[in-house]
Amino acid sequence: MNFVRVVWLVVRKDLLVELRSREILYTTVFFAVSCVLVFAFGFVREGQAMDDVGAGILWIAVAFSGTLALGRAFERERQSETLRALLLAPVDRPALYVAKLIGVLTLMTAVEIVVVPLVALLFQAPLFRHLPMLLGLLLAGTVGFTGVGTMFGAMLARARSRDVLLPVLLYPITIPVIIAGVRGTSALLQADPDPAIARAWLSLLISFDVVFITLALWTFEPVMTD
Amino acid sequence: MQRLFLPLLILVAAMFAYAPLAIANAPFESTMLLVQKIFYFHVPSWFVMFSGAFLCAGASVVYLAKGSKNADHYAVTGAELAVVFGLMGLITGPLWARKAWGVWWEWDVKLTLALVVWLTFVAYLLLRRYGGPGSEKLAAGVGIFGAANIPFVYYSVNWWRTIHPKTTVVPTLGPGMRGTFWFCVLAFMLLMVLIIAARVRLERQRARVDELFLELED
Amino acid sequence: MDFDSLTFQEVTRNFGRRRALNRVSLTCRSAEMTAVLGSNGAGKSTLLSIAATLLSPSSGTIRYGAQTAREGGAALRGRIGFLAHDLFLYPELSAAENLSFFARLHRVSDPANAVDAALRQSNLHERRDDPVMTFSRGMRQRLAIERALLHAPRLVLLDEPFTGLDDAAVAATRTRLSVLRDAGCIVLLTTHDLEAVEPIVDRAVVLAGGRLNAIEKGDGGLRAGYRRLATS
Repeated sequence: MNFVRVVWLVVRKDLLVELRSREILYTTVFFAVSCVLVFAFGFVREGQAMDDVGAGILWIAVAFSGTLALGRAFERERQSETLRALLLAPVDRPALYVAKLIGVLTLMTAVEIVVVPLVALLFQAPLFRHLPMLLGLLLAGTVGFTGVGTMFGAMLARARSRDVLLPVLLYPITIPVIIAGVRGTSALLQADPDPAIARAWLSLLISFDVVFITLALWTFEPVMTD
Repeated sequence: MQRLFLPLLILVAAMFAYAPLAIANAPFESTMLLVQKIFYFHVPSWFVMFSGAFLCAGASVVYLAKGSKNADHYAVTGAELAVVFGLMGLITGPLWARKAWGVWWEWDVKLTLALVVWLTFVAYLLLRRYGGPGSEKLAAGVGIFGAANIPFVYYSVNWWRTIHPKTTVVPTLGPGMRGTFWFCVLAFMLLMVLIIAARVRLERQRARVDELFLELED
Repeated sequence: MDFDSLTFQEVTRNFGRRRALNRVSLTCRSAEMTAVLGSNGAGKSTLLSIAATLLSPSSGTIRYGAQTAREGGAALRGRIGFLAHDLFLYPELSAAENLSFFARLHRVSDPANAVDAALRQSNLHERRDDPVMTFSRGMRQRLAIERALLHAPRLVLLDEPFTGLDDAAVAATRTRLSVLRDAGCIVLLTTHDLEAVEPIVDRAVVLAGGRLNAIEKGDGGLRAGYRRLATS
């Protein structure tokens, strides 16, 4: 019970801090929208979106804006070294990891609420046809991406060159998430949608989530303590 | 290990001197003829790369669990092996592919998996180099995550490719080739052992120099 | 989980090729206030970070009573209060919110009253709902001290607690620390302000070149003793 209490405390604090300025929320959403628009200019030919492009753009926008959000979230903790204050508290260190994960996940949900309809609109992608399955893919994929990202973001919080190192470290590890997300979403968008294939990709995403979050919970404390 | 180093070095040198001869004498593969022979060096490079990756991951686990500096030396050695021999594989691969299949690159399982793992360990080395003090522990985390990622990349790329079927020419080992192949594999593995020994010794010497600097202050 | 002494045994801490602490041995007991003096870069902050369990030593042991940091775990951390050079305050939150968060995190019973008392103690009660980013350096310092002491720690570690404080605040803080010491806390602080601490410390030690030396009391005062040791 104590673990959950600590997670809730830290999440509440993070949301409170973010709500004061809403800086990370607005900038990340705006970045995601610009991302989608830039891709629109890149991939739309003679007013027609190239086939199958909606799924790819959706997930790339999620990945890029996720990286940005993670960087900004940990930059905040670095300001007054409050991450050290959290590590000094008499709490389980993995609880801090889970709390940060939930915080960034909440932010990414807000971003996706904006980006998904935008992609559906701009690329005439029938994203709402199989909504539960799509939501499942988005949730599992975002959890996987954010799970690894939070671990690396926390690790890099006090490192040099952290701005560029985060994507450099994060993207190779999250390639399965991107592949699964894009292929699963594509399976739902194609002319003859195949929910069975989407379900297969979803199960890959869920196993990824389980394995990597478990790994992160094991390694968080030894990596973060000196 | 010190005493074995020189005899092993001579053995490996001899094996690599003989290898081109063995390769030249091996029978031609039916479709690709001469070009296929690059595989005698190409495949063992990948063996060494993956061995390096697993060495790095294993040593990283020990380093995080026990805090042993020695484990850290092995971890960085594993990562460097993975990057160097991975690079060899990534160069020899497209050279072969261009001649055999007509394209420089294919998004098939083995190539993509190898590329992703290689990128992960390049990132590991970048972190160690540019991450500032204390980045050894952070890199250990990356090494572990990178190795854990291998099955996931394999399966995701595999499913990705089978849904869009592709024709790939996979060389089958004819009887005359097997001997040469395993000879080359052995040569590469022994070379890897040599490099590990030398590199770990180098790291230990560096740590010793730091200690000497510290003792100077006393 | 409680303890009555903090012991450094031959503690060494290296950063690459630089030896920050060199075989430091020090014992601090409860109801004792120790000042650690030294020039900038002498290793004072490193010493405090190690005592706070944020850094581990390259060699040597640190004991809290009979236990090490590893054995003490989370319970030990709950008995340590640390005021660092970085103040550990969230600029976007108000003074009350900052204190309330840390009070709950440290499982203070009756957090609302504890926060209230802390704000009154530091004379920040009128500004309790203002975001910390609007505070002056001195106000932040006062708030940070309260944050460190909120959970009634046994071991109080303070890195330059008098920075940015005016005379009235310095006097108030001095009294506060004396009260803590008399109540049985182990107080370990670093400072440049020798005049401020002289009346209240039980003893002073000097870190120079990573080594620790004690200043004998009554030998012409703290400043004379410090000058002797720092230049030797």
